[in-house]
Amino acid sequence: MLAFPIPANGWDRGKQAQHLLSRAAFGPSAADRARVEQLSPGGWLDEQLKPGADAELEAKLAAHYPTLSLTVTQALEQYPSIADRAKELGVQDKEEVKAMMASRPYELPRQLVLELTQAKLMRAVKSRRQLEEVLVDFWFNHFNVSAEKGKVRWLLPSYERDAIRPHVLGRFRDLLGATARHPAMLIYLDNWRSRASGLNENYARELLELHTLGVDAGYTQEDVREAARVLSGWSLEGKGSDDWGDFKYRRRAHDTGEKRVFGLVLPAGGQMDDGERLLDWLAQHPKTARHLCFKLAQKFVSDAPPPALVEALAAEYLRTGGDLRAVYAALFGSRAFWSDEAFGAKTKTPLELVVSSVRAVGDLTLVQPQLVKAIEAMGQPLYRATPPTGWAEVAASWVSAGALVSRINFGLKLAKNDMPGVQVPLASLPAGDPELVVDALAMQLLGAPLSPDSRETVLSAARADRDPRVIAGLLIGSPEFQKQ
Amino acid sequence: MTQGSNTRPLSPRRGEGQGEGLTRRELGAAGLSLLFASRTSASSTNRTLVVVFLRGGVDGLAMIPPKDRDYEALRPNLRDEAPLELDRSFGLHPSMSALQLLFTQKRLAVVHAVGQLRPSRSHFDAQDFLESGLAGEKGADGWLNRALQSLPGGGAFTAVAVQNGVPYALQGAQPIVAFPSLRDFRVAPGQAQSFEQLYAAAVDEALKVRGAEAFSGLQAAKGLAALEPKNGAVYPKGQLGRRLQDIARLVHGDVGLKIAATELGGFDTHLGQRQALAPRLKELADGLAAFATDLGERLSDVCLVTVTEFGRTARENGTRGTDHGTASAMLALGGAVKGGRVAGDWPGLAAAQLHEGRDLRVTLDVRAVLAEALSSHLGIPSERALPGVKPSRTLFG
Repeated sequence: MLAFPIPANGWDRGKQAQHLLSRAAFGPSAADRARVEQLSPGGWLDEQLKPGADAELEAKLAAHYPTLSLTVTQALEQYPSIADRAKELGVQDKEEVKAMMASRPYELPRQLVLELTQAKLMRAVKSRRQLEEVLVDFWFNHFNVSAEKGKVRWLLPSYERDAIRPHVLGRFRDLLGATARHPAMLIYLDNWRSRASGLNENYARELLELHTLGVDAGYTQEDVREAARVLSGWSLEGKGSDDWGDFKYRRRAHDTGEKRVFGLVLPAGGQMDDGERLLDWLAQHPKTARHLCFKLAQKFVSDAPPPALVEALAAEYLRTGGDLRAVYAALFGSRAFWSDEAFGAKTKTPLELVVSSVRAVGDLTLVQPQLVKAIEAMGQPLYRATPPTGWAEVAASWVSAGALVSRINFGLKLAKNDMPGVQVPLASLPAGDPELVVDALAMQLLGAPLSPDSRETVLSAARADRDPRVIAGLLIGSPEFQKQ
Repeated sequence: MTQGSNTRPLSPRRGEGQGEGLTRRELGAAGLSLLFASRTSASSTNRTLVVVFLRGGVDGLAMIPPKDRDYEALRPNLRDEAPLELDRSFGLHPSMSALQLLFTQKRLAVVHAVGQLRPSRSHFDAQDFLESGLAGEKGADGWLNRALQSLPGGGAFTAVAVQNGVPYALQGAQPIVAFPSLRDFRVAPGQAQSFEQLYAAAVDEALKVRGAEAFSGLQAAKGLAALEPKNGAVYPKGQLGRRLQDIARLVHGDVGLKIAATELGGFDTHLGQRQALAPRLKELADGLAAFATDLGERLSDVCLVTVTEFGRTARENGTRGTDHGTASAMLALGGAVKGGRVAGDWPGLAAAQLHEGRDLRVTLDVRAVLAEALSSHLGIPSERALPGVKPSRTLFG
C-alpha cells in the first residue's frame, strides 16, 4: 500500500514526527516517535485514518471505569441524584444522604463525570488511535454539551460513546444527526420541551450558528424561528417534568405548517422528516463546509489559517458529500500543514499541555483526581464548558498570567514525581554533566535543541541544582513547551 | 401602570445633590436621569472601575420587574410572586434582597432598557461586540485595554481579570494580569527567577508579554491572599464571591488597581427560568453586598458596573423560559454613583413598543454608560476606548 502523500518541505524525519505528533496526536511519546520512524509520517497517518481496535486499552478502561459502558437508563438508575435518593430513603437532611451515598453502591452522580474524565485522559495519553482521540475532543467541543446543565451529566458517557466517537472518522451528516437526537443535546439546548404551541429556539439557533452554517452565513432571526418550528417535537421519553429518557419524536408537539429556513422550503404536513431534511440541507450547505473547514484548519494548522487552505478543504468536503476522512486527508496532505509557518505555531490548551508532558516524560498508571484538577486550574474544567461554543481554539484565551503560573507549577510538580498516578522515571538520563542532562531532556520534551538564551538559563539553574527533576520542571513550564 | 412614553424617565429623581461634593447637573435633552455625581479628576488617582460581565444574557425584566400590566400579560407563568420594592415603577427580584439596603442608601443604581445599538442575538457575537467596544464590530483589542492607554499605570496590578483567561474586553497591547484566584498565584521561590528569564527570552510574543505580567504580579501579590474581609463582610459561597473578595483584597492592598474585571455565567435561561435564575441573581446580589461591606469607606473610590450581552424576550417562551432578546438592565454600585434610582428611558412593553415585536427596546446605549464610567469615575477621556459615543449622564450627576 502506498503511504499517504506528504509534500516535501526539507524537514528531517525528527522534525516531521515532532510536528505530526504535536497536531494529529496529543504530543510525541517515545512509542509514537518510534512508530512514525518505522512507518514514515505518511504510513502513520494512513494507520491513524483507518485505525484498528486497541483491545488492551479498552479492557483496561472497562476494568477501571465501569460507568463508561452504562446506558442512559442505567446511569440514571444506578446514580440517582441526591434529591431523588433522599426521597427514596425518606431522609430530609441532605448532608446525611450525601454521606450515605458516598460509599458504594450509592456513589454520587459526579462519579460519572469523574470516570469519563479519567478515561478521556487515559485514552489521550495511552491510546494508539491518537488521531481519533484528538478528533473526539474536537467534535465534542464543536457539539458541546456541559455537565453543569440539568441532567446532562448522566448522559455524557453515552453522548461521547454513541453520538460522537463512532462518527469522527465518518460523515458529518451522521455526526450532526446523532447529536441532534441525543438526549444530552436535547436537554442541553432545551429542544426537548419545544413544541408547536410553545417554541424554544435555543437549539435551532446554535444548530445554525455553531453546528453548521456559522454566525456570518447571513440567516435571520426569522430563519432561527422557522428552524425551531421544524424541530418542534424532537423530544424525549418520559412524562411531565421528568427531563430524561431516550429520544422520542412527539407527533402532537410538531408544527405541521409550511416552513422556510434559509432557502429550504418544507411544505405543510411534514412530520419528523422535516427535521431530517433540515439537517440534510444544512450538512450539504457551502456555508457549513466553509465554517467546519475553517475550524479544522484553525485546530490543526494555525489560529489564523490560510484562506486558500480553508477553501480547498471546503471544496473537498462538498465534493465528497461531507466525508470527514477525506477532509482530514486533504488537510494533512496540504502544504499549509507542513509549512514552516505552521511549525510550533499553536499554543497548547491546558489539556494538551498536561497530556503532552505526561506522554513525553511520564508513565500513566491511573488517572487520579489531582491530574484532572491540574487541568482545571489552568482554566479547562473538562466536560464543564458551559457555553455552547465550547472551549476556545485560539491562544489568546488560554494564555494569561494566572494560567502561566498554573502551568509552571504543574510542570514542577509532575517532574518531582508529585502527581499521583504518573511516574516520571528520568532513569535514562546521562549522569553528571549538566549540559548533557539539559540537552537530552530538551530533545525528549521539545524534539529540538533549546534556543541559546533558554539553554543558558536552564544550564545555570542546572549548575546550581543538579537535580534533573528541577530541569525537567523548568522545561515543561518553559515557553517552548507551551507551543506545539 | 401603563408605560406609554418612549422617553419618560423611569423614576422620580430624588435625593439629588445630597452626596458629599456632588455636582448637580441638569437632565439632558434626551430625558436621561442623572445618576453619577462627578468629582474633580484630581481625586481620581485611587479610583478603580470594576466590570462584572454577566454571561448568557440576563433577563433584565425579571431582575428589575416593571410594575406594568403589559409585563404581567407577557409573562403569565414566569413572574416572581413578590418582587421587592425599589420605587413606584419598578421592583427587584426577590432573591436579590441583599441589594435593597444599598439601593436605599443610594449607593446602588439601576439602569434599565440599556443595551447595544447594533445588537445581535448570538451570544458569541453580542459578547464580542460588547467587549470590543466598537458597536457591532470586532477589533484587535478590547475596550478596557484601550482605556488603559489613558491611565497612568506601570504597576503589575493596574488592570486585573479575576477569572480564567483574559477576557476580550481586556485583551490588547497594555499589560494586564489575569488569574482565577490570588491564593494559587505563586511560584516556588527557588525556580521563579529561572522562569522569569525563560519567559523574558520567549520567541512567542504573547507568552513573553504574559510571562512578564505574571512575574511582576507575583511580586506584588505577596501576602494579599491572606487578607481577611473587613467590616464583618461575609461573601457567598461560589466563584463570584471568591473573585470579588480577591478584587477587594487588591483594593485594600493599595496595589494601584485601576480596572478589574470578572464574570458570572449561567444566565441563559431558556427553560424553567424561575428555578434557574433565582440562585444566580442571589449569588450576584449577595456577592455585591459583601463586596460593598468589605470595602467600607473605600467603596467611594470603587465603582462597579454589571454588563450582559443582551436581554431576553419580553414574552415568555413555550418552556417557561425566555429566548435571546435585546435590552436588559445593569447595576452600578459605589464610587460617586448616584444611587437609589432606576435610570434610563422606559420604552414600554405594549406590543407596538417592543423591538421587532418581541424584545424590550434599547433606549440607552450601554457604550454611553460605560463611557460615562470612564470619564466621570476614572477621569479619563472615553473616545479611544469607546469611539464615536458621548458619555451619558446616567450614572453620575
